[in-house]
Amino acid sequence: MTADSRAEQKPVLAALPRITGQLNRIFTILLLGGLAIWLLINFIKAPDQFLSVTLVGITQGAIYALVALGYTLVYGIIELINFAHGDVFMWGTMITVTVAGTRLGLDGSQSGLVTAGGLLLTLFVAMVFCGALNTGIEFVAYRRLRNAPRLAPLISAIGVSFILSGVASAQFYGFNYTGVDDIMPTHVLFDLGGVPYRLKSLLVVLITIPVLLSLVWWVRNTRQGKAMRAVAQDTEASRMMGIDVNRTISVTFAVAGALAGAAGVLYVTYYTQTRFDLGFQLGLFAFTAAVLGGIGNLTGAALGALCIGLITAYNDGLSWHAPGSDWTQSIVFTILILILVFRPEGLLGEPEADRA
Amino acid sequence: MTSRLDHLDRAKLIKLAIGIGFAVLLFFYPSYQQDLVNAVGADNTAAQFVPTVFNMVVICVYVVMAIGLNMVVGYAGLLDLGYVAFYAVGAYVAGWFATQQFSQVTFHFGDVGSTSTVPGIHVSIWLLMVGAAVLAALFGIIIGLPTLRLRGDYLAIVTLGFGEIIPQFVRNADSLHGFNLTNGSFGLSPIDPLGFGTNIPLGITTLPANFLTVSNADTWYYRVGLALVALTIFCSIRIRDSRLGRAWVAIREDEIAAGAMGVPLMRTKTAAYALGALFGGVAGCFYATYKGATFPGDFYLNISIIILCMVVLGGMGNVWGVTLGAIIITYLNFQGLGAIGNNINSGFGIDPHSSLGQHLDPPSNQGIIFGLILVIMMLFRPEGLIPSRRRKIEFEAKAEGVEVDLDDAVSEIDIR
Repeated sequence: MTADSRAEQKPVLAALPRITGQLNRIFTILLLGGLAIWLLINFIKAPDQFLSVTLVGITQGAIYALVALGYTLVYGIIELINFAHGDVFMWGTMITVTVAGTRLGLDGSQSGLVTAGGLLLTLFVAMVFCGALNTGIEFVAYRRLRNAPRLAPLISAIGVSFILSGVASAQFYGFNYTGVDDIMPTHVLFDLGGVPYRLKSLLVVLITIPVLLSLVWWVRNTRQGKAMRAVAQDTEASRMMGIDVNRTISVTFAVAGALAGAAGVLYVTYYTQTRFDLGFQLGLFAFTAAVLGGIGNLTGAALGALCIGLITAYNDGLSWHAPGSDWTQSIVFTILILILVFRPEGLLGEPEADRA
Repeated sequence: MTSRLDHLDRAKLIKLAIGIGFAVLLFFYPSYQQDLVNAVGADNTAAQFVPTVFNMVVICVYVVMAIGLNMVVGYAGLLDLGYVAFYAVGAYVAGWFATQQFSQVTFHFGDVGSTSTVPGIHVSIWLLMVGAAVLAALFGIIIGLPTLRLRGDYLAIVTLGFGEIIPQFVRNADSLHGFNLTNGSFGLSPIDPLGFGTNIPLGITTLPANFLTVSNADTWYYRVGLALVALTIFCSIRIRDSRLGRAWVAIREDEIAAGAMGVPLMRTKTAAYALGALFGGVAGCFYATYKGATFPGDFYLNISIIILCMVVLGGMGNVWGVTLGAIIITYLNFQGLGAIGNNINSGFGIDPHSSLGQHLDPPSNQGIIFGLILVIMMLFRPEGLIPSRRRKIEFEAKAEGVEVDLDDAVSEIDIR
């Protein structure tokens, strides 16, 4: 951006970047202020509703976070927007339907121990399957294109995304919604203005948080995590230092896929239904979350996912001047566009010269 | 020396003659389409492979769009995943200004097919096609100005965002503070047909006053579509060889070097967006008129991806390649896949309603087929079926690692 605007500037216009910078800041403050006032008024008008919607938002945010981390991990290491990631998540939901619903026959009527064991088994199968799927995708569709022009792997990823959702719809699960019964315990924990808060919502959050923490610990402290960060910083240098770059990238894709698989299990057990095109929209929401937090930044992705979860929940659930669920997609994509245009480094990311 | 020139001219003449012959064959396609069907045998399932005139019109529409997208993706190297937005603009220009949608007013200007008392705005479709072109180009500039500063893959995501917001807006804008702008998911119909106003005798044929009142409406739409394709190809080639086109190629190959050489980056990229959008608008307006209706369901992301698929398959940056890609994929999409499925079923005696028949059904496996085309082309022939010579060199150079990765170099030097 800087190079061309400077080349075109007349001396009189030299102050322009500073003025637009200030306008940006004023605009941002106005926007955030308006949002805060809107939330406050909603809170005052119907505090119970506000709180229950917030809890829904946190649950949604937890699922987005698991998917967003996959985008961020992959982008961090090979700078590729893995378009197929949302569809890997969709396959996680489908595997859950097959394993938990069809094979194990879980429908919530079993005893607590059986349900927990079955869900853990499903979680394991889904994580292994999605991890292997994601690694396979990298091996087949991206590895050869690592040195190709930037658009090539992106187009390839779009193709893979189409293949994954096509196989799910035309070959295995059909074009309609499919799902499971309420497997997770649905005891009402407490009641907020007539809206019950169920145990399963809490469980989603309780499962997500340790996963996130262990991932951060793994990337920060283990040998493999360090190799990953080294490859992300400088592929050539880390290869010279004896790091197996291909293996490291494969491991990254496996971890990202496993997270998507876990998200798939949580999603299907929470919402009880899924469809072949789920991956596209939820994937884009999660990608928005990753961008919002600063792509390549793990904490940022989790924070961004929480924000997106809350924003979608407030938009769908609040009653005072909320645009409503018809507009959710537009609102999330508008956020995506605004962030990419005005603050491409996201909430927590470091400004980077080649990103703007 | 002179003999060599003669030789060159002869080669050119032969090419030109083949081209003209091909164009004439195409132009008269509707007159011998039925003969082709009869030659195969009308009750033979293989006859389903012969493209109908309806499909030829659709192919024309997609060729125009693919060539428009090629200006953005192929020439300027900017990945646009929301191209269908411009198609939507064109379609809704036709939908607003040639239907009874705004029945509060009654305005007629050069329209055909409705008496002057019919409410709503009715403007001649010929004018609307120009209007759609201008409006789509404006829209391209509006989208482009804030977003074109972004690097390649971020730009792709932003355009994808726009491409998703637009159908949702169209679907929801049936009650904007009580005002029905787009009629929601019911869409707008009927859209006025094309026509020349009065029957104009022209040699052996007559230009009809209203395409819908003649028996061979598809043929007339096909002729107009073919004219649009010819115009688009002509413009596309002329622009490619112009100063602007060369600036696009320079930016695509090396943005920083192009900027340093004095190519105004923003202006040039915005021009690519505007011109690409222009053809999308024209195609949208024409297609909406031909179908007589427009719906928000026409602008889903798949369409953008399918158009991208055409550009990639044919060869990014090569007009003829892209045209070929658009013909192949549109034909497959609208007729070929179904015909293949029916032939497989009848050839092997598979019941189309059985489980096997449904799994093999090519149209429902469309996503897999187009996804495979994208992946396989990228892996094995990224330059496309008919490569642009220049683009091919770029792909090969990058694959061999001849060029330094400029993005890395820049982040180290920090140009700020």
